[in-house]
Amino acid sequence: MKQKYSFKGALISNLVPIVFLAFAAFAVPMSGLSIQYLLEEMITRLARDSLLVLSLIIPVLAGMGLNFGMVLGAMAGQIGLVLVVDWGIGGMPALLVAALVGTPISIGLGYFCGYILNLAKGREMVTSYIIGFFMNGAYQFLLLYCMGSIIPISNPELLLSRGYGIRNSMDLPNIRQVLDRLVSVNIFGMNIPIVTFAVIAAFCVFIVWFKGTKIGQDMRAVGRNRAVANGAGIPVEKTRIMAIIISTLIACYGQIVSLQNLGTINTYNSHEQVGIFSIAALLVGGATAENASIVNVFLGVFLFHLMFVVSPMAGKNLLGDAQLGEYFRVFVSYGIIAVSLLLHAWKKRHEMLERRLLENSVKE
Amino acid sequence: MKNEDRKPKGRVGEFIANFGWPRIIIAIFLLLLFVIAPFIGIDIGTSLSDMLVRVGMNGILVLAMVPMIQSGCGLNFGLPLGIIAGLVGAVTSMEQNWQGLFGFGMALLLAIPLAVVLGIIYGYFINMAKGDEMMIGTYVGFSIVAFMSMMWLRLPYKNPLLVWGFSGTGLRTTISLNGFWMKVLDNFLAIRIGAHFFFPTGSFIFFALCCVLVWAFFKTKTGIAMSAVGSNPQFARAHGVSVDRMRIISVVISTVLGAVGMVVYEQSYGFIQLYMGPLYMAFPAVAAILLGGATINSATISNVVIGTFLFQGILTMTPSVINGMLKTDMAEVIRILVSNGMILYALTRKGKGMPK
Amino acid sequence: MTNGKPLLSMKGIQKDFLENRVLEDINLDLAQGEILGLVGENGAGKTTLMNILFGMPVIQQTGGYKGTITLDGEEVHFSNPNDALMAGIGMVHQEFFLIPDFSATENIFLNREVTRYSFLVEIFGERLRTLDRAAMNERVVQLIKELGVDINPDTLVSEMPVSYKQFTEIAREIDRAKIKILVVDEPTAVLTETEAEALLTVLRRLAAKGVGIIFISHRLHEILDICDRIVVLRDGKLIRDVPSRQSDVKSIASWMVGHDVGDFVFQPKQGCGEKESFLSIEHLKVLMPGEAVKDVCLQVRKGEILGIGGLAGQGKLGIANGVMGLFHAEGSVTLGGKSLKLNSPLDAFRAGMAFISEDRRGIGLLLTQSIGLNIAFPLMQVKGGLLKKIAGLFTWEDEKKIREITTKYIERLDIKCTGPDQVVMELSGGNQQKVCVAKVLALSPQILFASEPTRGIDIGAKHLVLSVLKEINEQEGTTIIMTSSELGELRSICDRIAIVSEGKVAGVLPAEAPVEDFGLLMLGE
Repeated sequence: MKQKYSFKGALISNLVPIVFLAFAAFAVPMSGLSIQYLLEEMITRLARDSLLVLSLIIPVLAGMGLNFGMVLGAMAGQIGLVLVVDWGIGGMPALLVAALVGTPISIGLGYFCGYILNLAKGREMVTSYIIGFFMNGAYQFLLLYCMGSIIPISNPELLLSRGYGIRNSMDLPNIRQVLDRLVSVNIFGMNIPIVTFAVIAAFCVFIVWFKGTKIGQDMRAVGRNRAVANGAGIPVEKTRIMAIIISTLIACYGQIVSLQNLGTINTYNSHEQVGIFSIAALLVGGATAENASIVNVFLGVFLFHLMFVVSPMAGKNLLGDAQLGEYFRVFVSYGIIAVSLLLHAWKKRHEMLERRLLENSVKE
Repeated sequence: MKNEDRKPKGRVGEFIANFGWPRIIIAIFLLLLFVIAPFIGIDIGTSLSDMLVRVGMNGILVLAMVPMIQSGCGLNFGLPLGIIAGLVGAVTSMEQNWQGLFGFGMALLLAIPLAVVLGIIYGYFINMAKGDEMMIGTYVGFSIVAFMSMMWLRLPYKNPLLVWGFSGTGLRTTISLNGFWMKVLDNFLAIRIGAHFFFPTGSFIFFALCCVLVWAFFKTKTGIAMSAVGSNPQFARAHGVSVDRMRIISVVISTVLGAVGMVVYEQSYGFIQLYMGPLYMAFPAVAAILLGGATINSATISNVVIGTFLFQGILTMTPSVINGMLKTDMAEVIRILVSNGMILYALTRKGKGMPK
Repeated sequence: MTNGKPLLSMKGIQKDFLENRVLEDINLDLAQGEILGLVGENGAGKTTLMNILFGMPVIQQTGGYKGTITLDGEEVHFSNPNDALMAGIGMVHQEFFLIPDFSATENIFLNREVTRYSFLVEIFGERLRTLDRAAMNERVVQLIKELGVDINPDTLVSEMPVSYKQFTEIAREIDRAKIKILVVDEPTAVLTETEAEALLTVLRRLAAKGVGIIFISHRLHEILDICDRIVVLRDGKLIRDVPSRQSDVKSIASWMVGHDVGDFVFQPKQGCGEKESFLSIEHLKVLMPGEAVKDVCLQVRKGEILGIGGLAGQGKLGIANGVMGLFHAEGSVTLGGKSLKLNSPLDAFRAGMAFISEDRRGIGLLLTQSIGLNIAFPLMQVKGGLLKKIAGLFTWEDEKKIREITTKYIERLDIKCTGPDQVVMELSGGNQQKVCVAKVLALSPQILFASEPTRGIDIGAKHLVLSVLKEINEQEGTTIIMTSSELGELRSICDRIAIVSEGKVAGVLPAEAPVEDFGLLMLGE
């Protein structure tokens, strides 16, 4: 998309990543962590979380803002993994089966989420945020009460001591890093999970290809101007729901990839922060609620996690308190989103005023 | 799915349409819980008392939602800013070892000016963010909770009852109000009937007082102008009202009420929770007022009272009754589903009287 | 041109809207390659007629229409714009229906993209086909050449000059299913002279290819220049259908405006009041979307009723809105010698001005509030009236006084309601308007701007509103500036009438001036 180039404009659009870069430049040496270590950590985290953040792109394309409802996909993926562990499947097949189980659940949840978002046009972000919380309640109900009682779980080790309800945390010994280690290349002493990156790349290709399809174009039109798209005959409501379903699916697979890397599931917590962190990462990468690209995803995951890893140590060395560093990290995560949203809202109003003045002065 | 288009016939139908099905369902559910309770061996007196205490505890926080809703700024997810002011006031009052009603009063006096300052800053943000207030409010709220978490570690509080034992600096995560002003309002002129029933008169008087003040405010020239801004900002602007100014005033009042509400909450709860404690405290208040019938741009005092009663009623009764019946603790899940469900319901309806 | 049969034939078209007949017995033929000019005042029925032709849902929703439409010999009845498009009728609107962030190609092909097959279609459906951008670009280049303009297909609409946006719209309409008839609605309104010329050339080329064109405009010299025939509508009736060679400016103007004297005639005022200017408007510029004011100079005399008329979209509504601070305004306004601060409704009120907005529901009323509150609001906010002090501290609304004043106006204006507490939303349009009138009366303003004060209300309410305006002008000396699209209404109550055309005052005439003179001013002559 061509835009008139102005230094000031470029600065404002990319303010957030620039600030983060500056912060990183300052905090990295402060933390005393080695570049080698950091690089390795970053590669691991990029492999782990990029797919989750990728799931956010399509709803932004369709004009629905930042989809906090991606946690619904994460939940679907977790349900898949829980069942897979119960059925005693291991290795790569386990991931595939989990994905298979999670797919219909994600589609259902995605449809639900999209349907509600259509009822709350103009307030999508807050609504998807609350949907995430609401579904968390349903998820808890399912896993804490239904599983082991109404839904049979054969492996008693998965259950709580009272006899029903899934345990708080589960190790995944048969699944741990299965994808990562499938084909692993060693560069400069660091293990690079080739297949995982290949999977991520495949999804990137998918997104690029998707944008070039009719439905991708429809989504772009709906995202830019609902009224015109509607007038041209594009089924706006259905298109928006589609966008959310795809997002939920990718989030589902993303969570499976992520958990496979970690090797443990915190049954009731793993998915909670997924939304907030993924969105924070995307914003750190320079995206906005109206524009998100694949570059934003990778840049964002890299910078966000860099700060994540570096803050506690930097805080400890600088201020003598690791705990302070921890809180600082949380503060920056939330603050980034707040500042980014504010800046963007301010910019949008500014532009609208300017455009109106321009339009009316041209008509001489 | 246009609820507004279906016109139910008759007075009953009209009442239902106005009151809303979700609210009726929840009210009936609550009534059912009270009816079942004695059959499972739960004492109504205790339950009622619990509920009343919780109403007194949370009421003002729910009241804090009203000004911003009325001025069209939406649901105040940034309530943590007011809450933080309340926490600072409380902790500072305790630092000086002020006790009883005096300590409580000083906490309020310290919290309010801070709340005003924070409210003005927050108000400017809200004005920048027209259209996206709720999202930005959420994150500004989160940011300040995280920021204060850093501050609690470092601020120069020294009272040994407040700070960590080993280091002597840094406030504790949870601070007990025992010996300070725990339950001073609750116990003020309290009514006790029998062994089980307890009515926290002081809290209710204070809650009623705040409600009256807010109600009175909305009868003043400024209050009427503020309501007009929320109802139809173009109208307000066309008739000489400064929309931006009204919004900032509403944010300040909301934040001050949040601060006051938090101090009242603490006195009843008996503990001060710092650090990440206040993070999600806006949500129950939002859910309560929506449960009481408010919409995105219109809220009345009766919404506050009904909503708080219903919401706290559900929260009190559900654990005990469901526990008693199914021998299991589903309180958390029910709370999540009810509160977020209400918020979702409100978000998917159009605001009251919005043109088009 | 053809085998003698017209391309389009509309016979006996009649349309009722609620109780009003907005179109009566319209008979219209359009031959292949013919350019027909459609002229009429606002409310004459042009838009409704085109909506019927184009199958706009609003027609169906309000009871359909009577009469027949024949296209190429076959009777047609469109119930949605898509059907009309498929049949070959395209319409270019005044507000562009384009997506600014999309390129010309993307807009032209919106929802009709050329796609390539991919096997995924088997599983997931048609929408998964890939866009064939190369093919689309090729077609667009062809289209652009046909039109004879010079646009780069990849240019984003947001970066195009206005005329190119229009050409993009036209290109889109032409390409959609073999265009037979193209309707253009005030196409040159947003163009410069050179651009307008280019557009007319494009239209001529299209006509030469056999496309029938319906050209709606008020710019008479354009109509006479490009149209083969001219049809004049007035009050829903077809007044004239003449070849353009046989008509001239003056006759068209008089056909358009007619000889109606309005529904009411008021006695002319005794004495004309002072001739000196009381309110002076100099070089007013107002950014009101759709009613932009470019450079208006007006002198309003104390105690007079000045009318502001003109065709829709020419800027007449912008003047009041600009002075009262509702839309961004520049220029200078002086009241009784004192300069008025612009862009501030509060200052306008404090200077003794008030207004009745043309947007009754959006700006004029708080729909969810009571009649009492609506009437009391400006008085309370602007002048601090209707308030009482409680315990010397709080200023509360004085409910008793509000009730008194509301009851007074309910009686005076005969507002049909259940009482001062009734919610305004429940009132009929006419009664809502009366509430707006009461609102300004309560302020006892020196100057009152009344914009479209009788639009969309019943005849009884109309009469009452106009009488009240006349009353306060005669009894209290209130200067009134009334903006209206109904010339008859203006002529029945005003002393002088200013006509606004293209954002400027085309002329100011005494109300008794012959009707055709007003028509000419409206047409920019």
